[in-house]
Amino acid sequence: MTKSSPFRHAWILVLIVAVLAPMLVSSYNLNLLGRFLSMAILAVGIVLIWGEAGILTLGQGVFFGLGGYSIAMYLKLSTLPEGSLPDFMEWSGVMALPWFWWPFKSGLLALLAIILVPAVFAGIFAWAMFRRRIAGVYFALITQAVALTFATLLTSQQSTTGGYNGLTGFTEAFGMPLGTDQANRTLYWITLAVLVAVFAGSKWLMATRYGTLLRATRDGENRVRFLGYNTTPYKVVAFMLAAVFASLGGALFTLHAGVVSPAFVGVVPSIEMIVWVAVGGRKSLWGAVAGALIVNFAKDIISSALPEAWLYVLGLIFILVVTYLPNGLAGLVEDLLAKSRRPAAPEGALVEEGK
Amino acid sequence: MTMATATADPILKVDGITVDFDGFKAIDNFSMTLERGQLRVLIGPNGAGKSTLCDTIIGRVHSASGSVTFNGENITNKPEFEIVRRGICRKFQTPGVLPSLTVRDNLAVAAQRDRRWWTAFQIGAKAAEARKVEDILEQIGLTERADTLAADLAHGEKQWLEIGMVVATEADLLLLDEPTAGMGPNETSKTAKLIHSLLGKHAVLVIDHDMTFVEELGGKVTVMHQGKFLKQGSVAEVRADPEVAAVYLGRAKE
Repeated sequence: MTKSSPFRHAWILVLIVAVLAPMLVSSYNLNLLGRFLSMAILAVGIVLIWGEAGILTLGQGVFFGLGGYSIAMYLKLSTLPEGSLPDFMEWSGVMALPWFWWPFKSGLLALLAIILVPAVFAGIFAWAMFRRRIAGVYFALITQAVALTFATLLTSQQSTTGGYNGLTGFTEAFGMPLGTDQANRTLYWITLAVLVAVFAGSKWLMATRYGTLLRATRDGENRVRFLGYNTTPYKVVAFMLAAVFASLGGALFTLHAGVVSPAFVGVVPSIEMIVWVAVGGRKSLWGAVAGALIVNFAKDIISSALPEAWLYVLGLIFILVVTYLPNGLAGLVEDLLAKSRRPAAPEGALVEEGK
Repeated sequence: MTMATATADPILKVDGITVDFDGFKAIDNFSMTLERGQLRVLIGPNGAGKSTLCDTIIGRVHSASGSVTFNGENITNKPEFEIVRRGICRKFQTPGVLPSLTVRDNLAVAAQRDRRWWTAFQIGAKAAEARKVEDILEQIGLTERADTLAADLAHGEKQWLEIGMVVATEADLLLLDEPTAGMGPNETSKTAKLIHSLLGKHAVLVIDHDMTFVEELGGKVTVMHQGKFLKQGSVAEVRADPEVAAVYLGRAKE
């Protein structure tokens, strides 16, 4: 935010490269990039709730899953011949479509659900928590419990949710056949556009009085209360936005990956999401996007070489970042830039002058 | 109370407040009246219940019995933010500034009149509020430090900033809990001048036990001891009172 340096306009270059990426990289890598940019949308939401509002949430997988399952249910139903059921339901002996599948016959309702379902759920949940002043570790643990519950529920309801395997086998989306190069490019550009919109919207939000108040609440919630603010709605809105961003990311990810399953919504993936942002820097939008990309590319490389090693590497990265880089890579870059700009300002000189 | 204070219309009336912490009476049937635009200093030894009284007025601690009346309205045990919105603002003992905001933003948060969340999605403060922030920066002597992060201020500057924040709320009644804690003599007398510049527009209740500061402030002094009202009068009267000397000043001289 305070980048008054030669890098001020670097974002233009980054954006041009990102737009041209489909011409620059292989279709395999483009698909990976699309998935990871979807995750970056979620990461931007974590900057709002964790970086700006200071509220650690370990349940973003739930909202990622709500978006992912919403789009997946529509994709399953949209290509189905009249009167038949999704394959896994027929194997489980389900006779009629369960009620919560009905709205997803409509593409429009599915798109609305991607935004409204997480917003309503997050709003009610956060309001109940923050109004009773549940915060800090307690809040984080409760969100983690929600993630565990949601993943368990999905796995246990095999006949209506696809259980452990989740939902897969999509052939087309909104009339566009999936899996072709053309489809991959289109999906990539849609994902990029959503990320840019979410990023720009968050940047604006952080500059508004709402953003200032959110940081003020993070710094000293009691002080803000005693200035006459009811802090609850400010925090609820931040949590809802983070949830909607996670859901958008989940829906786009599902389109890129061609699958959604409980493996993306439980406790471990929810913690991984926090690690992306911790690595990149939780107080920086750029940092969060970079963190999501770096950690996920590293995961792809490491887990294809040494499948068992990834979780150990992830744990190690997390420990190193928390110990040495509390503001992540973005904090490191900012420190280096600040140092290169003012080489020898003696500490304390300014303080004396102020008297 | 025997003092002839009932002449002007009181801004705050504390009437028979008792605060009970699991059987320990932190405040015991305490009463006090503050006049509009006037200074009052509340003193008493540690544990006398001064800060608890502030907590009760501001709604952080609930009283078991008694009432608090502000501007003629009963505000006993209302939620904090509702009490603040009626015009009471408190400065805490430890500086309660917002460290990752600039000095100016700290004041802007305090100065904002419209605190409803759905009106907050705009960039920049209202012109009148921005002007007020600049005025207060001048008043607390931090104009040149306006763009510094509050975390980087010296201790005394943090205290002034928080006084400034309390002032910026335009509250009718300011509660200042140990505004000179950790200050040297120069800073302390600067703080006394600052507080005097607030009177008239605001009623100010200062809690302190630094007698040099209390003497510099002047004004009417109320003494509290073990949660109860002990004495009230000018600094000189209170100083001369043997009972006060016994519980407080005598001990301080040891």
